[in-house]
Amino acid sequence: MTTKTLTAKLSGNLTLDLGGFKLNSGEFSLPLNGVTVLFGRSGSGKSTLLRAIAGLDKRTRGHLVVDSEVWQDADKLLPTPARHLGFVFQDAALFPHMTVRQNLMYGVKRLPKNQPPADFDKIVQRVGIADKLDREVTFLSGGEKQRVAIARALLMSPKLLCMDEPLSALDWRAKAELLSLIEELVAEFNLPVLYITHAPIEVERLANQIVFMKDGQIETIETLQQALARADSPLFDEQGAVSVLIGQPGLVEAGLREIKLGDDRLYLSPTHDIHTPQVRIRVLARDVSLALSDPKDLSIINHLPTTIDELIPLDEHRLLVRLNLSHQQQLFAEITQASAQRLNLQPGLVVYALIKSVAMTE
Amino acid sequence: MIELFGTAVNLQPIWLTLEVATYTTIILILIGTPLAWWMSQMKSSSKIVLEALVALPLVLPPTVLGFYLLIAMNPTGPVTEFLRFFGFEGQLTFSKTGLVIGSVFYSLPFAVQPLMHAFEAIPHRLLDAAATLRANVLDRFFTIVVPLSQRGFLVAATLSFAHTVGEFGVVLMVGGNIPGETRMVSIDIFDHVEAMEYTQAHILSGMMLVFSLFVLMLVYGLNRRFGVKVG
Repeated sequence: MTTKTLTAKLSGNLTLDLGGFKLNSGEFSLPLNGVTVLFGRSGSGKSTLLRAIAGLDKRTRGHLVVDSEVWQDADKLLPTPARHLGFVFQDAALFPHMTVRQNLMYGVKRLPKNQPPADFDKIVQRVGIADKLDREVTFLSGGEKQRVAIARALLMSPKLLCMDEPLSALDWRAKAELLSLIEELVAEFNLPVLYITHAPIEVERLANQIVFMKDGQIETIETLQQALARADSPLFDEQGAVSVLIGQPGLVEAGLREIKLGDDRLYLSPTHDIHTPQVRIRVLARDVSLALSDPKDLSIINHLPTTIDELIPLDEHRLLVRLNLSHQQQLFAEITQASAQRLNLQPGLVVYALIKSVAMTE
Repeated sequence: MIELFGTAVNLQPIWLTLEVATYTTIILILIGTPLAWWMSQMKSSSKIVLEALVALPLVLPPTVLGFYLLIAMNPTGPVTEFLRFFGFEGQLTFSKTGLVIGSVFYSLPFAVQPLMHAFEAIPHRLLDAAATLRANVLDRFFTIVVPLSQRGFLVAATLSFAHTVGEFGVVLMVGGNIPGETRMVSIDIFDHVEAMEYTQAHILSGMMLVFSLFVLMLVYGLNRRFGVKVG
């Protein structure tokens, strides 16, 4: 009963030869807390690694230890039903011949006797399917199906929740709703999650750490902040560099919600209710302008005092400026090299970051 | 013997036929299910060989199949000796047991193919999902595969039964034509025609016609009703 939960780890080294594709993870070790995103292009081996961790492919070789329990080594392969995990599949994988309730109870009925069942009523309430328990699953919408799948996995009280692109089959509205739900559930149930996606926006919203995969191998494992600090981060898509700031939500006043970033404040439109103690704010580098003094006569609301950390030249005469905020977070601004020369920007200089558009990640 | 349309008709061959078809169907479902499952999960090229073997009775003249079975089941042959070891008495050829064994081979594709197709249509991720919900292999088979293959089982059972009822060549070769013992309805009709007893042939043929039509309608009806629901 000491610091076990703090040191809980997922570690191992797995290989899986699928003929045309080889997974060769290399030695890895992940802290079992928060959301770990497996990120990479299609064909990089994310799903294969997740299936190998879940024991869903018997051809997997190597070793795997989860929270000091051996799931696989040279002598044994713990079968999936004996692994303490929950799995949410891309398309929910609900059993079509059963009602919602039967789907939910399928796993609960098979839990070992010594494992106390999770609170059924609380979970279905929380996931928002309490009024759909007796429905046939065939007639549920995509978002509803995925909610059932999530509840079904949570009911197993897993040590590890695996989610394989749970949002990719949904429309944008259901995606946004479920992303909020997953974010809240992770915080509420304090559940370690392995989450596959190739959408940077989901990574920015959920990830504590990121496993970057390429050609069946784990390239690096980084925290979200580390991954976003790289100017060439694989998380940046055609919209360019992105910063994610973590703040505490404050009150809504005059139609704007205050977000506290240390001593600084950001204001943004209150799009929805916030149920978490922390929020992540996503800022595109191209939405950030720089000024040498704090302009008072400007319609832009968000002005933050910053110190220039680094100037990183990009192509097409553009420049990425890494800025240090007062409380150790970093912000990128993308400006032209001509502007940088005009303002004579140098590392160490104090400038004001003017943020044209701020959004909570969603 | 009963009187139908003023003619004495011996219904014994009909009862024998139904009995043999029932046993055959039960055995085929018991053997065909694991075989079809195994085949549905095979990815290697040896699947082709197995599929061809199972489908053989569809193209082979029944007399060829019957001939080989007759040889295999001869009273001093290895199959009979093997069964004797387990306390079997009597002989396989020209007996009801032989008829059932012959029918199992003859109707094998009609059980295995619908089952295999039903199994193949089940998305593998459902079984993966069941595994992550702590269901072991057999548990998954009976709670996911079997209920989702209902239609396959119904079609397999109906077709095996109906096909066994309609066989001629194999039963003639293996069973011979012993009245009350191995004379099945198709052979009985043949006998009546040979003996110019057209009335009896008409009555039995008519009954077979109605029966077959009914079975086919049942199969197509099941196809339609369960076809939409699965998958």
